[in-house]
Amino acid sequence: MNSQLRRLRAELFATPADAALSLVLITLLGLGAFGFLRWALTQAQWAVVRVNSTLFAVGRYPVEQQWRLWLLTALLVAASGATWGLLRAHPRPDRTGVRWPRNDRLAVGLLALIALAVPWALALTLAIQSRWWGLLLLLVLCRWLAGRHGANLSPTGRRLAALVWPVIYLVGMVLISGGLGLVTVSPSEWGGLMLTLLASSFAILLCFPIGVLLALGRRSDLPLLRWGSVLYIEFIRGAPLITLLFLGQNILGFLLPGGLAPERVWRAAWVLTFFAAAYLAEAVRSGLAAVPRGQLEAARSLGLSYPKALQHVVLPQALRVALPAMVGQFISLLQDTTLLSLIGLLELLGTARTVMANPAFLGRNGEVYLTLALLFWGCCAALGLGSRALERRLDPHAVPSAT
Amino acid sequence: MAPVPPADPSPSPLSAAKLPAPKPPWWRDRRVVPWVVQAVVGLLVLLLIAFLLGNLIRNLTAAGLLLSWRWLQQPAGFDISESVIPFNAQLPYWRALAAGLVNTIRAVLVGLVGATLLGTLVGMASFSHNGLLRRLARVYVEVVRNIPLLLQLVFWYFVVFLTLPNGLAAIQLPGVVLAKSGLYVAGLGEGLRWMGPTLVNGVWQAPLRLSVEFGALLTGLIVYSGAFIAEVVRGGIAAVPKGQWEAASSLGLSWFATLRRIVLPQSLRVIVPGLNTQYISLAKNSSLAVAVGYTDLYSVAETTLNQTGRAVEVILVLLAAYLTLDLLISALMNGLNHLVQIRER
Repeated sequence: MNSQLRRLRAELFATPADAALSLVLITLLGLGAFGFLRWALTQAQWAVVRVNSTLFAVGRYPVEQQWRLWLLTALLVAASGATWGLLRAHPRPDRTGVRWPRNDRLAVGLLALIALAVPWALALTLAIQSRWWGLLLLLVLCRWLAGRHGANLSPTGRRLAALVWPVIYLVGMVLISGGLGLVTVSPSEWGGLMLTLLASSFAILLCFPIGVLLALGRRSDLPLLRWGSVLYIEFIRGAPLITLLFLGQNILGFLLPGGLAPERVWRAAWVLTFFAAAYLAEAVRSGLAAVPRGQLEAARSLGLSYPKALQHVVLPQALRVALPAMVGQFISLLQDTTLLSLIGLLELLGTARTVMANPAFLGRNGEVYLTLALLFWGCCAALGLGSRALERRLDPHAVPSAT
Repeated sequence: MAPVPPADPSPSPLSAAKLPAPKPPWWRDRRVVPWVVQAVVGLLVLLLIAFLLGNLIRNLTAAGLLLSWRWLQQPAGFDISESVIPFNAQLPYWRALAAGLVNTIRAVLVGLVGATLLGTLVGMASFSHNGLLRRLARVYVEVVRNIPLLLQLVFWYFVVFLTLPNGLAAIQLPGVVLAKSGLYVAGLGEGLRWMGPTLVNGVWQAPLRLSVEFGALLTGLIVYSGAFIAEVVRGGIAAVPKGQWEAASSLGLSWFATLRRIVLPQSLRVIVPGLNTQYISLAKNSSLAVAVGYTDLYSVAETTLNQTGRAVEVILVLLAAYLTLDLLISALMNGLNHLVQIRER
């Protein structure tokens, strides 16, 4: 205790000037916190979030079809739990496997807190609250099962297990949009958090291969490919995203033969994809630049063809170096989806605007925007944390640790 | 010990020179393949472009909107609430676009200066001896970078600036008044007399009035870009060897003097290229002004498109303007970069 006090003193009150600065900062922080709490507890009317929680989650998705979204969420939760468990069941060679390390217990605790507190705070009906608890149980169950039995999985089984994700993505697309015997729900009825996540995941998945190809093109020895890639990347990076979205909405219809232009939501998703690809290409290029030339030459002299050398030798190293920059791009892509609200799509921010246009909720901007900020902050911070964990897992020079 | 095999005294009978080099088939010839690949890719791209352009021309002709710039001369018919260059609804479209461009440039210039100041201060604060200040700098960066700029802009506009009081209740500081109707700054008024903000019939008046839209846009841009610039500055300062700090403080320089006279000048060569990227993003991000009702270039272009239907021309103007702005910033920053690089003999 004494040592902690001493540390506090050294950090905050080392010199008179420091002490004065600390006191000023503490006072300001205290005042700010007090003002915020007073507003949040007495003046703010949080009903605007509570009443519209479904709208914020899925937009105007038809109520009688919402079971499909719950099913999709359950699938995603189960797959996440299973993946999490498998990762723990197959620790890196330099780690001893602990089934429930401290971070995992913390994460489960945090998720439990969310699953209990959020539905309660939103005053959801008991039936829906119990779905949240069910999802939490499903997650922990899959995590436990995969952690316990995952080690027995053969290498082929593990490779097949990774395929669960693309399959779920395709199944999810069908569940959301309908078809194959399900009632069609047109993209104009998608909205809220669902549209935000759908647009960003679509763009993240598709911009990756395009971005890698562009980066390879930019570093290629073939002048036509190189200049083509440079032209594309610099053109996209020179224009603000909003002008490109504007272009997608207003000109794509002219560029394609009549009736072939996709729905507005899909146009925006494609624009986001091609936009993100240019930025991702620059991130990948920095990774490619970090791989010594000798790696490619060695691979080629071993008899690997150029594509094989890229696939097995160069790209794995380059992508590992580029990972933090790429995740940074994905995070800003997630944030950029808010721009869809400016072209009239009802993703999270667009939904918020329609909610606030309702006379009943006029002037409740603070409550709504703070909630959205918290949501975005949570998503982006989680992506950042995941990226750092992945970096550590892929780090070839990691020091073997005792845990 | 294993016996050492005797060295082969005779040279290998198979010498490369004697064998006729097998001529590879053309599809494995390294002189041919790259060109074939390029020709195929180039042809595909050309075909795609021809297809798109063909459609574009056909569809535009059908809609009666074939490329033309004559509409630029027609009266715009809409007003721009705040414009540096004089503008009214009778003036032609090109004047409206020019007014929008000037508004964009005004926001970008002020934003650049503000974000650089804030970013540098926060970047310096993350090396402070004071633990609280250091952590606050971290929290600021982590919070701001993980929240979309557009959300921050609408927050500043609707939650902060539009809830300001008006009239007598406005926030009054010496020479400056911040009210819902705008920011009023003292300056030289009529007859070159110094004039502070005054309340006339319940309405504030001052030589310089900035709209709350401009204020919200600037605050949002500065706070957002400031966080990114703070990271750039932090990286730059961290790149200066620790010995420089130690040497300076052993010479008796204070923390601030060390930073200002020794460390920051050396960190500039790392900081300037990073700043370039951030400045360009700031210029592009200024197009989000449309969300807070500030009439920048993009917002004027959007109105123009809605009135004239000239999608292609308007997009071309937008792209050209932003590209030029980016190139201008890049050129300036490259010049600056040249100045701050360490010159070696």
